[in-house]
Amino acid sequence: MRNLFLLLWRNNFTILFLLLQSLSIYFLIRNNRFQQVSVFNSTNAVVGSIMGVVSEVTEYINLKENNENLSRENARLKALLPESYYENRSVRTMVADSSRSQKYSYIAARVINNSVNKRNNFLTLDKGSLHGVHPDMGVISSTGIVGIVKDVSEHYCTVMSLLHKNSKVSARFNHNNYFGSLSWDGDDPRIAQLSEIPKHVVFKIGDTLVTTRYSAIFPEGVMIGTVRKSNPDMGGNFHDITVNLSTEFSNISHVYIVDNLMKSEQNDLESKTESEDDK
Amino acid sequence: MISEILKYSLKFILLVLVQVLILNNIQYSGFINPYAYILFLLILPVRIPKSLLLIIAFFTGLTVDMFGNSIGLHASACLLLAYARPMVLRILAPRDGYETDTVPSIIGQGFKWFMIYTALLTVIHHLLLFYLESFRLSEFFTTFVRALSSSLATITVIILFQYLFFNQFEVKK
Repeated sequence: MRNLFLLLWRNNFTILFLLLQSLSIYFLIRNNRFQQVSVFNSTNAVVGSIMGVVSEVTEYINLKENNENLSRENARLKALLPESYYENRSVRTMVADSSRSQKYSYIAARVINNSVNKRNNFLTLDKGSLHGVHPDMGVISSTGIVGIVKDVSEHYCTVMSLLHKNSKVSARFNHNNYFGSLSWDGDDPRIAQLSEIPKHVVFKIGDTLVTTRYSAIFPEGVMIGTVRKSNPDMGGNFHDITVNLSTEFSNISHVYIVDNLMKSEQNDLESKTESEDDK
Repeated sequence: MISEILKYSLKFILLVLVQVLILNNIQYSGFINPYAYILFLLILPVRIPKSLLLIIAFFTGLTVDMFGNSIGLHASACLLLAYARPMVLRILAPRDGYETDTVPSIIGQGFKWFMIYTALLTVIHHLLLFYLESFRLSEFFTTFVRALSSSLATITVIILFQYLFFNQFEVKK
């Protein structure tokens, strides 16, 4: 017994190393798997406020481009207003419309921390639980999809970017309903990979890809990108497609957090069906 | 002693800030990500207790992790660096050992010594860091190239830092 203690004491350096190392690996694995409210990430108030100041400076540098993007989006939305349609009927009556109810609402947020150069990238936004942000909400920008909310603190939230090894988004062609799964191989922040599109589907270079209506996270039809090229894949039943992402991840400053008001209803129903199916 | 702690705290804050505010924002196709904050672990005194070195490395890593939302990643890589440092120092030791107050630096030990010391530890740190980050065998070679190209960038920044800032501190003393 005494010898054992002596052995442990003599190797205390190695033992401390192994202890701390397993602690780090535990953190690392837990961070990849679960959502957490933790002081150890950039939703932490100190880190958040430092990043906030920095983003104010960098935002100023990109002000011109951001303004252009926002005004382009404004123009597109203005075109959808009732005022911009020519009224064909001469009499216009207002009807309290109960045939439609609102499904999505949007929370505007500012990006205060962002990366594109790592294998797993995150963004930090300046909106948190105080503003009604919850984990698993979708995040889009004026040009396309961005990612999914991961952790939320009172004033900040972190977003798992599309540029992350665990990000998988279902995408479909704008002109037909064939859908596949979009992921990122870690190389170029402007290019993603689309898999699971069957061989018989016909498409052209430059075709638009949008989100599907199957996910409860993103609204249907949000722009994702365009087909860049399709590599002929010997064998296999699927196309191997690379996609030009429409969101410029390295230069992103204003985003919208998507609040799906009917998400819990859909998820509850689906999990109920699944659990009944198991019986 | 107190002034030593103060001096090192200052260096710590400076290096972490440079890392998270400037170096983390270098976006050059993902192949060049310098992590020069490890300079802080390289310039701790040679005779620092080994266990203290491990604990400092652990918290340095955690601090950088907080800014990058990668909790545990840098902590793990820094721990390996701290574990390897005494061995590297032993291999590179001069014939009659180190003086009690030796601090690794270009001025003290010479360019060649410092270069080998930095290169060895940086490559160890970066290899673990990049492999833990990607964690996939299918990206084995890309990750390897990434780790090495980033190591080159880190070593360059560290050498520049030595010439720009840290020598002045030592000379004043």
